[in-house]
Amino acid sequence: MADTASRERPVVDLDRAVIRFAGDSGDGMQLTGDRFTNSSALFGNDLSTLPDFPAEIRAPAGTLAGVSAFQVHISDHDILTPGDHPSVLVAMNPAALKANLSDVTPTGTLIVNSDAFDERALAKADYASNPLTDGSLSAYTVYEVPMTSITMEAVKPTGTKPREAERSKNFFALGLITWLYTRPTEATLTWIQERFAKTPMVAEANSLAFKAGWNFGETAELFPSTYEVKPAPLEPGHYTNISGNTALAWGLIAAGQLAQLPLFLGSYPITPASDILHELSKHKNFGVRTLQAEDEIAGVGAALGAAYAGSLGITTTSGPGVDLKAETIGLAVSLELPLLVIDIQRGGPSTGLPTKTEQADLLQAMFGRHGESPVPIVAPSTPGDCFFAAIEAARIALKYRTPVFLLSDGYLANGAEPWKVPDVATLPDISVRFATEPNHTAEDGTEEFWPYLRDATTLARPWAIPGTPGLTHRIGGLEKQDGSGSVSYDPANHELMTKLRVAKVAGIAADIPLVEVDDPVVPGGEEGGAEVLVVGWGSTYGAIQAAIRRLRVKGHPVAHAHIRHLNPFPSNLGEVLRSYPKVLVPEMNLGQLVKLIRADFLVDARGLSKVKGQPFRAEEIEAAIYDMLLDR
Amino acid sequence: MTDVAVPATTKKDWTSDQEIRWCPGCGDYSILTAVQMLMPELGARREDTVFVSGIGCSSRFPYYMNTYGVHSIHGRAPAMATGIAVSRPDLHVWVITGDGDALSIGGNHLMHALRRNVNLTIILFNNQIYGLTKGQYSPTSEAGKVTKSTPFGSLDHPYNPVSLALGAEASFVARTHDMDRKHMMETFRRAYRHQGAALVEVYQNCNVFNDGAFDLILSKDARPRMLIPLAHGEPIRFGPDGEWGVVFEDGSARVVEVADVGEDRLGVHDEHREDPSLAFALSRLASGPTAPTPVGVFRDVERPHYGALVNEQLVAAAERKGPGDLAALLSSGSTWTVT
Ligand code: SF4
Repeated sequence: MADTASRERPVVDLDRAVIRFAGDSGDGMQLTGDRFTNSSALFGNDLSTLPDFPAEIRAPAGTLAGVSAFQVHISDHDILTPGDHPSVLVAMNPAALKANLSDVTPTGTLIVNSDAFDERALAKADYASNPLTDGSLSAYTVYEVPMTSITMEAVKPTGTKPREAERSKNFFALGLITWLYTRPTEATLTWIQERFAKTPMVAEANSLAFKAGWNFGETAELFPSTYEVKPAPLEPGHYTNISGNTALAWGLIAAGQLAQLPLFLGSYPITPASDILHELSKHKNFGVRTLQAEDEIAGVGAALGAAYAGSLGITTTSGPGVDLKAETIGLAVSLELPLLVIDIQRGGPSTGLPTKTEQADLLQAMFGRHGESPVPIVAPSTPGDCFFAAIEAARIALKYRTPVFLLSDGYLANGAEPWKVPDVATLPDISVRFATEPNHTAEDGTEEFWPYLRDATTLARPWAIPGTPGLTHRIGGLEKQDGSGSVSYDPANHELMTKLRVAKVAGIAADIPLVEVDDPVVPGGEEGGAEVLVVGWGSTYGAIQAAIRRLRVKGHPVAHAHIRHLNPFPSNLGEVLRSYPKVLVPEMNLGQLVKLIRADFLVDARGLSKVKGQPFRAEEIEAAIYDMLLDR
Repeated sequence: MTDVAVPATTKKDWTSDQEIRWCPGCGDYSILTAVQMLMPELGARREDTVFVSGIGCSSRFPYYMNTYGVHSIHGRAPAMATGIAVSRPDLHVWVITGDGDALSIGGNHLMHALRRNVNLTIILFNNQIYGLTKGQYSPTSEAGKVTKSTPFGSLDHPYNPVSLALGAEASFVARTHDMDRKHMMETFRRAYRHQGAALVEVYQNCNVFNDGAFDLILSKDARPRMLIPLAHGEPIRFGPDGEWGVVFEDGSARVVEVADVGEDRLGVHDEHREDPSLAFALSRLASGPTAPTPVGVFRDVERPHYGALVNEQLVAAAERKGPGDLAALLSSGSTWTVT
């Protein structure tokens, strides 16, 4: 087995390729996609991924509901999305074909496991006739590959039982696609040995299946050519392929180090946030304490307790968990203690779509507590950005002694991209000081500690942790007297404290970057520059940028502003919004940011909504901008 | 903390400047006094002491202690206290709670703090009523109780907090009452010294909404007949002249006349027994404060506390992998270099 395809067969250069692996949720498609992604990353492509799997661990086999897919976009240039339409679909069974076919480009390539197209399987997928023979796929280039039988034959030497042997067929598919796209094989073979080290027989079977897939491509004379997607000219540096949840977990560890505080995570397992709990639990040598609490409320309660006692307190969750944590977040607002609330948004309401993405918790983060209860909000825009957003959220929480929402989503959490590993020395110092001395002199001259005597600039109160002599004090959820922090029912004081808490959060606007507008001069573009400003937040960044770039290539100038700080907004946002005649706000919800923008700035911003559990396709945003340009 | 000797303190040092807002005559006062009097004896430092409470009459307690204190939200004190105790094993964390706070809205957190054996001294004021919300029945109110929310009598079967704690395998479980300061102080002292989760149920009179709920067993003349003092290693015996006792039979406990069975048959109390079933049997002797009721320490067993175990894992990880190195972490996946 050589590392490059045979010489006689032409190698076609592609600037990019979008490949989707689809099969039963038990078929290991996520693993296959992930491995292909990693070998492409190591090869030097730019890439973006979209895992898409059912909420059930094992949905009924062979049914449409049980289909699990992984889409990866690889390119020789800078890309921003996992691709609108796959050009290649690998379908392990009829259901996978049926569920994914409509997304494939009209002239796309289908590589199907022909062994799986028997009558029973076709019936389970609701096919009246076999699409491989009834002519319905004539527009596509179809490769029928008996993946199951070749795999079973290939792994025979290991003595694996037939049922088990069959399970290696995803590695056959991986080997075949690795060959087709002339990817290196060594890293995958090494990975197989490491990953299955505890079960050498399985490791051997998977290696053999992988090699069989590669050899099948090489010898079967089925494929007229192989493809090559050259490395992308990324900025020089050290890269790793990273998912949003890993980046977020590492960002939290970094924040603890940069703040010189121990990390305490109180969390309860929930999709799609659990991977952060898993990742942080591995790194106890950083002094990270993780508590898998009895419920969501205890998770945030323990995190707040740890924050009170001097840790960087964190809770990770998704929408249903945020519902439950609301009361404790309100307590954190009242206690004025730093707390990170990480919400990996998913489709709602209620249990909703646990494994699918959505951005519909923005207004909940803004307003989802009783009383006037402002909480700053930060939202990362790409998987790699989750790292920096975590540090930024921690910086705000610590400096202003406030809970902070970090709004990621399922798409960012599970999606991956090449990430330039930052130089640790360039990361900001976010350390803060605990109070150590009394800060007030009583009338009789005794030195006292007043827990609510604020810093004149930040309005943050002192953080005096237990164990500090001379600063014992009592705080709670009851309204407190300004300054002394004693319980107070005084009406004027309540109004003052309410306004102080709001002013403290509003004041953060002076301490965050201005929103940047991406609005370059477009060669041959229309006179007078961009007419439309697209405003986005969170994970829509890639799709918005990709859409705008396409329009610019066609000569339409379009501006893009992406909001990272959603509460408070950057101080120049109003000015930016008012300087464009038309504003479009695409969101994976029914118009939450657009509501805030219209309310805050009285501009006629229009929303573009999508709540299908899937990220925007660039073409959807492109079409909406185009309509706006044409005043449709 | 430091090795410097703990300065001697008095009750006054542990008393905050806040005006106490409980109803006059409330049993909470005597519990507060017992704790404030005990603290100097314990040799504790004020700055290393944290009182955490939930919501309810009893939960005002932290405001009156001149220590660190948090008055949190309804039912969640054990959760918040868990975060404090686990992240800072150097502190001594008390949880002050009530029957509604701990057993109704916060039942889940109490149960899990106990089973995890978080290093907490939990004082549960049981007055069998909701006081702060002005008199609804609580999860420890007797069945049939007529209150504002149960004008035709409560249909709920009550919890026995000691049984509940033993069921959760709490490593320390005790009961005392607000009429006996000495007994309270001795019980709190034992709870304080215990490493791990210690639960003390305190029968507390709410003289406004449930006055006299414990009179049948706690009035001065009733006590000798109705309280069964538990003492480790001693036969379980009570009565003005020790005429009654407790025997264990088929896993349950029963009150007997000593004269009927003979002294030798009396059960001998063993706090340190690993198996909690005999302690549980004792807790079932009375289904409410209407029959002879054991007071004192039901169970006191040694088990590593949660914060210590968490720390052990941190130390072991640092020994195995070396202290955390951020740059190394960020490059720990497969990486490649673009030049
Ligand atoms: S209502 Fe009852 S428990 Fe509450 S303070 Fe008054 S007497 Fe005490």
